[in-house]
Amino acid sequence: MDSNSVLEVIGVSKEFGGIKALDDVTFALRAGEVHGLVGENGAGKSTLIKVLTGVYQPDGGELRQLGEPVAFGTPVQAQAAGISTIYQEVNLVPLLTIAGNVFLGREPRTRFGLIDRPRMNAMAADLLAGYGITGDVRRPLGSLGVGAQQMVALARAVSVDARVVIMDEPTSSLEPREVETLLAVIGRLKAQGIAVVYVSHRMDELYRICDRVTVLRDGKLVHTGDLAGLDRIELVSLMLGRDISDIRAHGATSFGEDSHAEKEPLLRAENLSSPHRLSEVSVTIRPGEVVGLAGLLGSGRSETARAIIGALPLSGGTVLLGGKPVRAGNIASAMRAGISMLAEDRKADGIIPNLSVRENIVLAALPRLSRFGVVSRSKQDKIVDTFVKRLRIKASSPDQKVAELSGGNQQKVLLARWLCMEPRILLLDEPTRGIDVGAKAEVQALIDELAADGLGVLLISSEMEELIDGADRVVVLREGAVVGELAGDQVTEGNVLAAIAAVGERNSDD
Amino acid sequence: MTSTDTGTRSSRARKSGWLQAYGVYLAVVVLLAFNLLFTANFLSGANFRTQLLQAAPVCIVALGMALVIGTEGVDLSVGAVMALSAALIPLYLGYGVFLSILMALAAGLVAGLFNGFLVAYIGIQPIVATLALLVGGRGLALVIAEGRLVEVRNPEFLALGNDDLFGIPVSVLVAAVLSVVVGLLVRRTTFGRRLVAIGGNRSASTLAGLPVKPVLLGVYALCGVFAAVAGVLATARLGASDPADTGMLMELSAITAVVVGGTPLTGGRVRVLGTVMGAVLMQLVHATLIKHDLPDSTAQMVQAAIIVVAVYAARERSSR
Repeated sequence: MDSNSVLEVIGVSKEFGGIKALDDVTFALRAGEVHGLVGENGAGKSTLIKVLTGVYQPDGGELRQLGEPVAFGTPVQAQAAGISTIYQEVNLVPLLTIAGNVFLGREPRTRFGLIDRPRMNAMAADLLAGYGITGDVRRPLGSLGVGAQQMVALARAVSVDARVVIMDEPTSSLEPREVETLLAVIGRLKAQGIAVVYVSHRMDELYRICDRVTVLRDGKLVHTGDLAGLDRIELVSLMLGRDISDIRAHGATSFGEDSHAEKEPLLRAENLSSPHRLSEVSVTIRPGEVVGLAGLLGSGRSETARAIIGALPLSGGTVLLGGKPVRAGNIASAMRAGISMLAEDRKADGIIPNLSVRENIVLAALPRLSRFGVVSRSKQDKIVDTFVKRLRIKASSPDQKVAELSGGNQQKVLLARWLCMEPRILLLDEPTRGIDVGAKAEVQALIDELAADGLGVLLISSEMEELIDGADRVVVLREGAVVGELAGDQVTEGNVLAAIAAVGERNSDD
Repeated sequence: MTSTDTGTRSSRARKSGWLQAYGVYLAVVVLLAFNLLFTANFLSGANFRTQLLQAAPVCIVALGMALVIGTEGVDLSVGAVMALSAALIPLYLGYGVFLSILMALAAGLVAGLFNGFLVAYIGIQPIVATLALLVGGRGLALVIAEGRLVEVRNPEFLALGNDDLFGIPVSVLVAAVLSVVVGLLVRRTTFGRRLVAIGGNRSASTLAGLPVKPVLLGVYALCGVFAAVAGVLATARLGASDPADTGMLMELSAITAVVVGGTPLTGGRVRVLGTVMGAVLMQLVHATLIKHDLPDSTAQMVQAAIIVVAVYAARERSSR
């Protein structure tokens, strides 16, 4: 439909086990443009990229290259057609030389069919100079910093006669200086007529280099068009699925007076810093208060929670609980002090799938339930019984394997694990993600109940509604730094979105 | 729709899970039945005694190995640790049986702590960390023994290998007691529960504040001590300290017993009784083939086939 498209997908759908990861998505890429692809977790960005690069075959719809229908059965076919991808994590061979990585699989040969190393090294050095990488290309790739490795990946991608380059969050692990080099390189690609798909959550970068933008949400196309005509708050509301006019009309809805303000903070996290992740993040939580953390993906929400409990190595900052410092980087002592964290990824960081409901609940509390290292069955049963009833965990028995439960019940088991530690501060990272509506309401009600009992809660949620309804105060993060704090009746969707979308004052370019 | 879907899936998974978990018992029963019917003189006290005596060291080593495998690790150094403990016995036998055994076990503990330190605190992959001691440990044992086989004549010490207590050979009794101890350790203690949790999901265990590193250190230390116990018993039975041969290929027998017994290599579960049965099964297979005049090489191939079947059953299960 787009006459000057180099690559387009038309009405593409892709399903995984009954869930539509892509639903009738149409996307066109023009030569010489930088096209932003944005959306929150589960929006379908990665699936779309994988369809473009031949990793996945679409269930419906078609791919066209220069107007001709094409099908990429494998990533190799897509590469042969001139589509190169640079992933978030560098996927090169760290032990191979830099030059070897650039020419991996297509090394220049001598007359005898052997690799022509001198020529390969010279070509690589020449090529990489254009990407700001100087020095000996015979060193192993692993000796370079992550940013420089990313540049090598980019150089490799472009030097394979690429007509389309797809970049999946290329700047997430780069230093500001390296970001500048990358953006300059992208400018050059554009000038050469190469089309670039740029996936990023960083508004500043998107607005600096993208000509057009496509927004996906829940597998559907919600917007595609020129970026110039779209202001930041509109873009963010498209990503998060909030209707901008609606927000403006509603205005302030919450009149909850800030009754917590006079209380002494229970938790005081100050200037938490970690390279590439957090810079000087400070959060305070008072007893009985629910503090929300807002921000886009990659803004440092989970990292803040992890820093507080000691699961993220810090380069600076302190955590005080009830005025006393909590030992940094030690999860066990943070938990003894009274901090518990429900991790974001239930499967990877939460449940122990092989173990029973009972054992999953008591896991962290074992020392309290034991004498001389022997676990007391009766104490254990008592606690498990209490929480199974209180949280209405639906399991055939406490002996049932936790992996057999529904997502909502698994989440309740994890909540029980943390609550039986009798915490004073509970950090909840996406507590209702991927659980059914009923369980969700129960979990949200539980959060209110806990806060009413005097617990301090840090609530991280990608769902704006949950955050606005649940939190007394909202701290807004962007690129690992606090960019705003809203309390009382300031806590509205409009205000939160505005804070997320505001032009970054730290590295504003215009 | 969803309920029937998950219903059929879990019933199939349960079936192959059952095979992995309890197949070893079935196999032992089948082999026993076969031998009762077709093997002459199988049903004799002397024969059972021999079978159990031979299975005991493998069983003891396999118990330690099961703990290590439960944490998603492996300990390749057990055979070498047996050799080390065997080499130390004659050196200290002059100071008394008790002290010489203590020294042998201490060597096992140090070896285990070394492995555990490399795995838990340095972060080396278990297979590589313990490979170092597989090679170096036997070398050290040979240096200690000056490369010679030393005959042991102390009657008290030899009693460990040949005498009975309550009508049961001492080494079999030791294996039985250790099996019960390990069973209780895994089921009933904080250490055991943590070990299984760490094997099941390391990242979640770390976030739950579990002392992951100390637990791993302890697991490897225990495995080392168990291997040393087996080394002591093997030396007593042989009547000689033979560091060149004691515990040769023991790591493979032990891993086999553990895997055949239904403990998944992916960690998160320790089957103690299954491990014991795994050791018995491998011994029975060996004995059956020998008694039917098949060469040792055939026995090895049959063992290999059993491992493949056991691992296949495990694969079915995890791919659910």
